[in-house]
Amino acid sequence: MRNRIVAMAAMLALALPAWAGTGGVQAPGFTLQSVDGRTVSLTQFKGDVVMINFWASWCGPCRQEMPLLDSIYKQYKDMGFVLLGVNVEPDAHSANAWLQKTPVSYPILYDPKSQVSQLYQVQAMPTTVIVDRQGIVRFVHNGYLPGDENQYMNSIRSLIVQ
Amino acid sequence: MAALCLAAVPALAGVLPEDRVDALYHRYQGGGITVQGPSILVQKRIGDHFAVNANYYQDMISSASIDVLLSASPYKETRTQKSVGAQYLHGKTTYSAGFINSVEPDYKANTAYYSVSQDMFGDLTTVTLSYSRGWDQIYRDIKSNGVLSNDPTFHQRADHRVYGLSISQILTRNLVGTLNYQFSSDQGYLASPYREIRYIDPNNPVGYTLAPQIYPGTRTMDAFSGSLKYYLPYRAALTGQYRFFTDSWGIVAHTLKLDYVQPLRHHWTLDGSIRYYRQGAASFYSDLFPYANYSNYMARDRELAAFHSITFGLEASYAFSIPRLTWIQKSTATLSFDRMMITYLDYRDALYSKFDPGAIKAGAEPIYSLDANVYQAYVSLWF
Amino acid sequence: MRTSVFRWLTRLRTAILAAALLTSACACSPIQPWVKPYEREHLADLIMGLDRNPVSSTYLDHVFETREGARGATGAVGGGCGCN
Repeated sequence: MRNRIVAMAAMLALALPAWAGTGGVQAPGFTLQSVDGRTVSLTQFKGDVVMINFWASWCGPCRQEMPLLDSIYKQYKDMGFVLLGVNVEPDAHSANAWLQKTPVSYPILYDPKSQVSQLYQVQAMPTTVIVDRQGIVRFVHNGYLPGDENQYMNSIRSLIVQ
Repeated sequence: MAALCLAAVPALAGVLPEDRVDALYHRYQGGGITVQGPSILVQKRIGDHFAVNANYYQDMISSASIDVLLSASPYKETRTQKSVGAQYLHGKTTYSAGFINSVEPDYKANTAYYSVSQDMFGDLTTVTLSYSRGWDQIYRDIKSNGVLSNDPTFHQRADHRVYGLSISQILTRNLVGTLNYQFSSDQGYLASPYREIRYIDPNNPVGYTLAPQIYPGTRTMDAFSGSLKYYLPYRAALTGQYRFFTDSWGIVAHTLKLDYVQPLRHHWTLDGSIRYYRQGAASFYSDLFPYANYSNYMARDRELAAFHSITFGLEASYAFSIPRLTWIQKSTATLSFDRMMITYLDYRDALYSKFDPGAIKAGAEPIYSLDANVYQAYVSLWF
Repeated sequence: MRTSVFRWLTRLRTAILAAALLTSACACSPIQPWVKPYEREHLADLIMGLDRNPVSSTYLDHVFETREGARGATGAVGGGCGCN
């Protein structure tokens, strides 16, 4: 499994131009463990609009945005939309403690070795990537300031109808 | 290059300081001086781009120091300092400005400051440029009928300008380094209306005569410092800092500081520090001049003498929660103690000859040394 | 003396802001940041803050300044989470 991820990453790294911003590229596939012990792959969600949010418990704006992401997830999840929260911390302890206090209903995945963070060339904390039903990256947002959730919803709305 | 940059990532923001209130009680005791008082600091964000801060500070001074006992009499006075400031965050740039006003019976000082801070290079580097300008009004207190009031014949001014450049750099996942440079320029009355120099006078029973000090009207200073802060894997932080100072009065000073902070389980955090300071005397300083009007500039202020000092510090902080008040995110209570030990190299305790004329020859009095205790107790609330 | 320092600082500020524009506006600078945003866990820890308690550090700086000839260059801003 890990070799597959590495091989995919290597192929995409060679094929990928510096797409820091506008997308238009096939979203790199990955497989990670989720908080409830399941194995989750991006390919499972082909046909859905997928929002990938990279976060950490030590990151203030990440914690601030997560309840809002939860309400976005609840609003659109029955319309072929899925939100994946990718936690980038090497040790899951702090993330789990925070999730106990502030639970969310969307899947949380662990990326302890930063493989997916590197794949997606994460340049800020948090980073939000929205992928359309064909698996193309259509929206990348770095950081979080109150009000950014409106940008996320605009993007989701335009991709949901496709 | 320019075309590529246009299709780039939108500007990333820096971070404004957190909302917090600190209420501090401070107490300094040493060398016959006790200074105590409060310091209240409030920091608050307004919206996403602004933050304001305000500080109220007081020094309640009770002084029977060696300088006071030599040529004056013990006194009590209060200095009050108020400051306000604001910060504006735009993209990766933070602009700060503020104003400080300090008032005591014989000294009024106003300072305005401005700084620009820029995060760059993937937020690994922060460069800050700062400028501050101070205007001081200096008076002299005289006692008439047991009441202290300003001497109407004495009113002086002093101006200060400070330029600063700071660079902080994240070096590894566990290491931050900083480099600082500060250039200061003082102009005007830079002396003390109360302190005096002494010169050898065989005609005087004590062996010396006191005379007014004469200071230069200008002073330019350069300070360079660097620091490293390292995160230890078991969750602690070690900081090392060195500063080199030199000025146009001939003073050269070195400061070395080590700090270790260790969070413990169950809400406690401990902080220990050692600070070593070494200073060479100003060119116009002397504990005892050979005769009257020895040189154009003469001073006997121990702040300009050659000395070294070592300060040990220990701080304990306890994080507690206030269940009733849910809008308070975090609260801590901190107690801090510093022991400062100064050993002068060329400043003598002239009180020996003052209180026992003829017993000790002027210039043969014991070298003065000073031990001081500094206490701080404060509560911090984050909301 | 004063005006030449001021001119130098103005030039330095322009140079720094130009460098900032080039390196911060895009991911196209020759050297890539070697600590990634998702690797800043330790740096974001409160104990790694460069000035954890400003009310206390300002006071202690004042205590030393009153007793010593040297002053200045005591602190900097930076480090931290790097979020946003």
